[in-house]
Amino acid sequence: MTVATEELRERVRQAITNQKRPTVTVLSSLLAAQDALGYIPDEAIDEVAAYTEASINEVWGVASFYKNFRFAPAGEHTVEICWGPSCHLVGATAIIERTLEHVGLEEEGETDDGRLTVRFNTCLGACAQAPVISIDHLLRGRMTPERAVTLIDNIPDNDSH
Amino acid sequence: MNAGERPWIRIGTELNGQAAGAVEVVEGFLSELDKRGVEANVDEVGTLGLSYAEPLVDVLVPGNSRLLFSRVTPEDVPTIIDEYIVGGRVPKSLAFASLGDDPIGVVPDLNTMPQYSLQRRIAMRNAGHIAPGDILQYVANDGYAALAKALFEMEPSGVIDEMKASNLRGRGGAGFPAGLKWSFMVNSPGPVKYIACNCEEGDPGAFNDKAILESDPHTLIEGMILAGYATGATNGYVFVRHGHDGPIDRAEQAINDAYAENLLGKNILGSDFSFDIEVALTGDSYVAGEETGMMEAIEGKRSMPRFKPPFPAAAGLWMKPTTINNVKTFSYAPQIVLNGGEWFSNIGVNNSTGTAIACLTGNVTYPGIYEVEMGMTMGQVIEEIGGGVPNGKQMKLLQTGGPLGGVIGLDSLDLHIDFDEMQQAGAMFGSGGIIVGDEDASVVDLIRVLVTFCQYESCGKCFPCRLGMTQLLDQIERIARFEGVPGDMDACERVGTTMKIGSLCAHGQLGFNPISSALQHFREEFEIHITERRDPTGRTSTKFYYPKSTRPYAEDFAQAQPLKVNI
Repeated sequence: MTVATEELRERVRQAITNQKRPTVTVLSSLLAAQDALGYIPDEAIDEVAAYTEASINEVWGVASFYKNFRFAPAGEHTVEICWGPSCHLVGATAIIERTLEHVGLEEEGETDDGRLTVRFNTCLGACAQAPVISIDHLLRGRMTPERAVTLIDNIPDNDSH
Repeated sequence: MNAGERPWIRIGTELNGQAAGAVEVVEGFLSELDKRGVEANVDEVGTLGLSYAEPLVDVLVPGNSRLLFSRVTPEDVPTIIDEYIVGGRVPKSLAFASLGDDPIGVVPDLNTMPQYSLQRRIAMRNAGHIAPGDILQYVANDGYAALAKALFEMEPSGVIDEMKASNLRGRGGAGFPAGLKWSFMVNSPGPVKYIACNCEEGDPGAFNDKAILESDPHTLIEGMILAGYATGATNGYVFVRHGHDGPIDRAEQAINDAYAENLLGKNILGSDFSFDIEVALTGDSYVAGEETGMMEAIEGKRSMPRFKPPFPAAAGLWMKPTTINNVKTFSYAPQIVLNGGEWFSNIGVNNSTGTAIACLTGNVTYPGIYEVEMGMTMGQVIEEIGGGVPNGKQMKLLQTGGPLGGVIGLDSLDLHIDFDEMQQAGAMFGSGGIIVGDEDASVVDLIRVLVTFCQYESCGKCFPCRLGMTQLLDQIERIARFEGVPGDMDACERVGTTMKIGSLCAHGQLGFNPISSALQHFREEFEIHITERRDPTGRTSTKFYYPKSTRPYAEDFAQAQPLKVNI
């Protein structure tokens, strides 16, 4: 446990000390930590607090406020399905239903095999191509339930993990 | 615009292009050109606004007009290269439009298509035409000419005078005169003063700010430097949501390139004026788009709105004087300084000068980002540019002004895009999102999405908003499940009134707007749900999916009963 913890701490320290933007804050450090690890473990809260001279409470306060922070590792791949009004009007619900059924989830979350995280997004910003999903941050528009499932099945396996 | 003797291939990879598959098309061109040994310049550009035609590939073969290909797939790429670029023959099945002086064969001229000809592009004048990553292309199109003019021919007060003369009103939603706003900070004490550009744009249905950042970030950067010069500011922030990589990367590259050319940094272009800009990121929070919430987020805290006063011009970021505008507002500034405020004031209508950038989506034939002159009617934008509702269906509703805007009926098609006229009519143009719903759209279903959004995004600072949105969502859910009771809508109205008077920022103040506007136009649909226990559209799904963190404690109230308390 201690080795893993120390390794995590080191990765967080690397991420937050190497921020390239001049203004460094609790929020910018948390974002850097999540970019590096994919989630915010307790160690990251500690390290960000120490680095930004903030209290643990302040850091938790910020981390728990913004909805993109997560506190457990994500699946290997992230599928986001837009449920904003534009997408909703042209069929987002059917895509959500089909996708969840296909990967065996009831709601947002991780699949049992740890391969996928499915998340609903309030707006992916490409409403003119609604309905939109994103797979590992690449946007895919003019979506249909069947195409979504095919794209998910064809996500290449990660070599780096 | 001339890219020398090699063919110039421009591919729109802004978010809407990317979603349509433009990234694969770029890869396709690079590998197919390489395979054939064909030399050509390939640029990733922003958007011409014609999202329905994406991925849009724009090919300039020297000596010809530009030829545009729409909805290009990687499989089309060899045909475009072999037939057109190498062979000189126009593949009619793929060609979409030509742009330039000489017509190309039987291909229609883009300037005769209403989606382009009815646009009046000022803030987005370069979008889709130049590569956002190439500062020289921007400079070749009057880029940074306004900055040079301001620095060497104008006093800071002269820049503010032009902004005032332009009568430009802020495009963040409130429509406050930009020149006046800038003038507030002039006499605030320094030395450190900030210019902040709000590109949070969490509004579902709006993407014009991101489109400017992705298409022509230098226009924004130049506008911010001009604002800095006019107000005596020292530092600027471009505020974007984490995860929007395209807008972030292109803004940061533009900033770096501007530094390299001494358009940012110390003694800009050899003048006495120095100014720095950096990008600041926020996490996912809609309220971070509220100006005081944005300042909290830049400072690294929860993006909860502050009390006003003090106003930002007196005490903003880190309690220093700060001027905040939206991306679009700053992006008009270079053309205003270059052409004069009077020029701009003659564009538009009444007290709404300039253009509006409409993001047209939903059940519409030609969705896109259309910059049109103020004063055009909503109907013109939707029918003439957007091609109306597809599949022979009738239009039923519009959702404008973002999630806090309204759901309005067809009488609003006659409304002119004019800050005052729309406000008087109880509609909002706001961020520019226009979502069209056809005859099949269920108002109750759409309202449930909007209210869920507003509840999910309430920051929780003011209890009328935090508890009120939760209560409104409960009511709407019950109605959607046919469990509503007579009086539900009145109860909603009481909650909504409390939110309006008891909330600090627009989120709570306007959080009841979706319901109140829908009741005004579509009350019957709610009543049928409540009294007849049926859905007149048949489209309100009984199963509704929420983001998990909506109401984290909702399970405690899973058996909630209809509201009986008299508020």
